[in-house]
Amino acid sequence: MTQDSPTAERLADASPAIDRVDEDELLPQLVAHLREHRSRLREEWANRIHRAHLLEAMTPQETTDETTSVYDNYVEVLETGSVEALQDYARDLSERIIPRGVETHEVVSIVLLLRDVLARSLFEKYQRDFDFLNRVLDAYEPAANRIANTVAVSFVEERERIIRQQQDSIRELSTPVLPVREQLLILPIIGILDTERARQLTEQLLTGIRTHRARVVVIDVTGAPEVDEAVANHLVRTVDASRLMGASVIITGLSPKIAQTLVTIGVDLSKMHTIGDLQGGLEEAERLLGYNSKQDGTAG
Amino acid sequence: MDEGPGLVSILRQGDNLIASIHTALDDSEMVRFQRNLIEQIGRDRARGVIIDVAALDVLDSFGARTLRTLAEMARLRGAETVIVGIQPDVAFSMVALGLGTGTVHTALDLEEGLAYLGGTHSLPAPDGTEPHFRP
Repeated sequence: MTQDSPTAERLADASPAIDRVDEDELLPQLVAHLREHRSRLREEWANRIHRAHLLEAMTPQETTDETTSVYDNYVEVLETGSVEALQDYARDLSERIIPRGVETHEVVSIVLLLRDVLARSLFEKYQRDFDFLNRVLDAYEPAANRIANTVAVSFVEERERIIRQQQDSIRELSTPVLPVREQLLILPIIGILDTERARQLTEQLLTGIRTHRARVVVIDVTGAPEVDEAVANHLVRTVDASRLMGASVIITGLSPKIAQTLVTIGVDLSKMHTIGDLQGGLEEAERLLGYNSKQDGTAG
Repeated sequence: MDEGPGLVSILRQGDNLIASIHTALDDSEMVRFQRNLIEQIGRDRARGVIIDVAALDVLDSFGARTLRTLAEMARLRGAETVIVGIQPDVAFSMVALGLGTGTVHTALDLEEGLAYLGGTHSLPAPDGTEPHFRP
């Protein structure tokens, strides 16, 4: 908002068309105008949203409700200059519409449309006095820009928050360490193993060995589509570290693709104990632990 | 000069010696520990040695090498060595630094180490082959 003190020349320059209005009076006047024509302008805005094929994920009723409250919020921010309430509202709105598949570009376009609709109504109202129109726009534009900015940023922040939250839950779910028998752990790896997950896996496995007093660990990679060189080396180190803690590692379910990767990049596989599938791995693990095997019935 | 009280305790249990390292040792303390243990193997006619490093939160290259040579010397004196209680963080940083325990067996804790030396449990072979019982 501009806060110019009235200067001598402006007072001297008496324009006949519209009464001289102090800068501080501009915004309230603007707000009064926007309130007065609220339903017409909101309608106009909703039509333009519809014509631009935006917000198609929402029903007309929802669009009406949301546009009404956005309009009121918008005018209120113009009036008070405080964006906090708008920020909260935008965050809340984002929370509701992100799961519906509303995209960032849509949100930004919608806010810019409103800005445009309102600006046009101002042009129309003040077109006879170009000088005054300029001053109205001087007051309007910065506030409108700040609103557009706030809404876009809130939307993106909300999106990022959701993404972070989802990443956290994936991370928690992604590497379970499961005790199957006394001193035997299974670690199924499902999904792409990146460096961060590999690091986490190592941490959970090593602490799991400690807490479950495991002597044999079966790492099943059936569900892992691929590994890169860094992750492969990390796996080998995890196997070595488990051995330092007194646990043998059996790796099962290496896909042809991963097997090829491991051989091609020259990871030292001589220390890796691998078995074709999880079933075979479990049988081998039970043999190592000295459990009776179901076939021969004698102690190992 | 002997190492101060409380740094390392070496206890005898049956045929085995149990050496617990209670705190981080500097290089000279490590060497003194090595010398004392090797002497005591002969004195007690020990057949097995367990070195418990559970209290260590770091094991550097000198420490790892000293433990390896200690185990080799113990073997020449007729006792097999098992290192027990390596912490998860220590294990991973040792591997990342390329420090292994050579041909020395490692076990989760004292109990597992004693079970291996007593012939009732197998341990993973240091060279990565199949776990085996004490020869």
